[in-house]
Amino acid sequence: MAMATREAYGKALVELGAKNKNVVVLDADLSKSTKTADFQKVYPDRFFNMGISEQDMMVTAAGLATCGKIPFASTFAIFATGRAYEQVRNSIGYPHLNVKIAATHAGITVGEDGATHQSIEDISLMRGIPGMVVINPADAEETRQAIFAAAEHYGPVYIRLGRMAVPEIHDQNYKFELGKGEVIREGKDVAIIATGIMVAIAIEAADRLKEEGIEATVVNIHTIKPIDKDLIVEVAKKTGKVITAEEHNIIGGLGSAVCEVLSEEYPVKVKRIGIRDEFGQSGSPKELLKHYGLTAEDIVKAAKSF
Amino acid sequence: MDKEFLKQKAKEIRIDIINMLAEAGSGHPGGSLSCADILTVLYFDKMNVKPDNPKWEDRDRLVLSKGHAAPALYAVLAEKGFFPKEELKTLRKLGSILQGHPDMKSTPGLDMTTGSLGQGLSAANGMALAGKLDKKGYRVYVILGDGELQEGQIWEAAMTAAHYKLDNLTAILDFNGLQIDGPNREVKNIEPVNEKFKAFGWHVIEIDGHDFDQIDKAIEEAKATKGKPILIIAHTIKGKGVSFMENQLGWHGSAPNEEQRQKAIQELEGSGV
Repeated sequence: MAMATREAYGKALVELGAKNKNVVVLDADLSKSTKTADFQKVYPDRFFNMGISEQDMMVTAAGLATCGKIPFASTFAIFATGRAYEQVRNSIGYPHLNVKIAATHAGITVGEDGATHQSIEDISLMRGIPGMVVINPADAEETRQAIFAAAEHYGPVYIRLGRMAVPEIHDQNYKFELGKGEVIREGKDVAIIATGIMVAIAIEAADRLKEEGIEATVVNIHTIKPIDKDLIVEVAKKTGKVITAEEHNIIGGLGSAVCEVLSEEYPVKVKRIGIRDEFGQSGSPKELLKHYGLTAEDIVKAAKSF
Repeated sequence: MDKEFLKQKAKEIRIDIINMLAEAGSGHPGGSLSCADILTVLYFDKMNVKPDNPKWEDRDRLVLSKGHAAPALYAVLAEKGFFPKEELKTLRKLGSILQGHPDMKSTPGLDMTTGSLGQGLSAANGMALAGKLDKKGYRVYVILGDGELQEGQIWEAAMTAAHYKLDNLTAILDFNGLQIDGPNREVKNIEPVNEKFKAFGWHVIEIDGHDFDQIDKAIEEAKATKGKPILIIAHTIKGKGVSFMENQLGWHGSAPNEEQRQKAIQELEGSGV
């Protein structure tokens, strides 16, 4: 069943809140959109609405963390990483506090609100902070498990979530492991390394490539930092051709991270699917994905153009 | 309160500040000297802390939001016994436990990492919220700088503290009137501070920040206040205790040379400050 990762986030928080009494949730007047309202309903004492004050929210979360709480600070990705960047860096990242930043409405698929609300630089900003873990789950079950893994990991974690419903890739038998990539499909001809909502699109591309006799490996990199270097090198060795796919600027995100690994460890040609260093615009998520070259067809074209 | 004991401690703290800064060759004497008396009263008379167990969960907490005054806090923490006084000589040097601005990972007894202005009140709010949630009796203190009030986040946090009725939180404004580029009223006026905080829902107390009786009384009044966060506006003198540093803009962020160090120490030792 298709479900937005933000919906899965709200449900996971409720489940987590029952298991871990130290979990507290903060929001900046977007609890109905980020789905933290689900948590508020069940645990009103452990929910703090900070109003439209993202900078204050991040540092309040830091203060709570110094007292043993595990705060999930939630807002739209652009405000979590853009508006409050320096607070996240200096008051959460530098003291390495146990704050989880859950950022919904990431990427351009937030849609009609347009460029001011589309975060296409958040992965880049967050992975530049020393010690920050960056997770970009692909579907609901992966989100659920990522939220639990984030709570168990001591230290700052950034979790990127989307607004748009995404297809189910994983079931309850799936085992999320922080820092490890997941091979979804094996193929010798080309490797498609995808993250977040682009994983489902990469699978679709692999299906189409198969029809044309091209066997693709599909890798889901849900943890962009620390990145699974071994797996990236392994698939590059096997295929000699790598495509990265992300709903993010091609500068600074997954594509860059994969290129950093490969250029040092095993240089092969890499084609990056992503937003080509331009701002987005209003439109439906589907139209935007097409306009900015983030469809299965775009991946297929890239695979055939090596 | 043993006023003579505290006065003696504050004098020693000031001497340590001067020595540390001269040794480091950089740092912020003006704003360190202006809050020295407040920090002395807090740590040597008011706050419930355990130097042999700095992370004791029931301790009172302090956030030095004006993080550039770190030398004052470091001197107090060393004097209190959180770490050996020898460490004060390493201020700002590579590998030191005493970073240029407070780093809670490096220094025993530091409750929060600060330095980037405008963020400390939010952190203190978080600690106070946690205290309420856990039904703990600890109090949270935060030292704000006056120039810092120009940061928008302070006012976000001021609303948060009032909204959540954080009466276990006491903010103390080290109001020395000067910031890097000049007097606050010339750079960007922050007045009226009292009315601003009152309008934001705070209980406000105004004192002379170098008068030990007034500091003592204000903190006791804060402890007795219910349902509101408390701001103590402490009127202070930047560079207090060293005649040639007092109210001098140039001493915001420059260290004394050897000659200035000796002159300052001589003055402090001979003074009744």
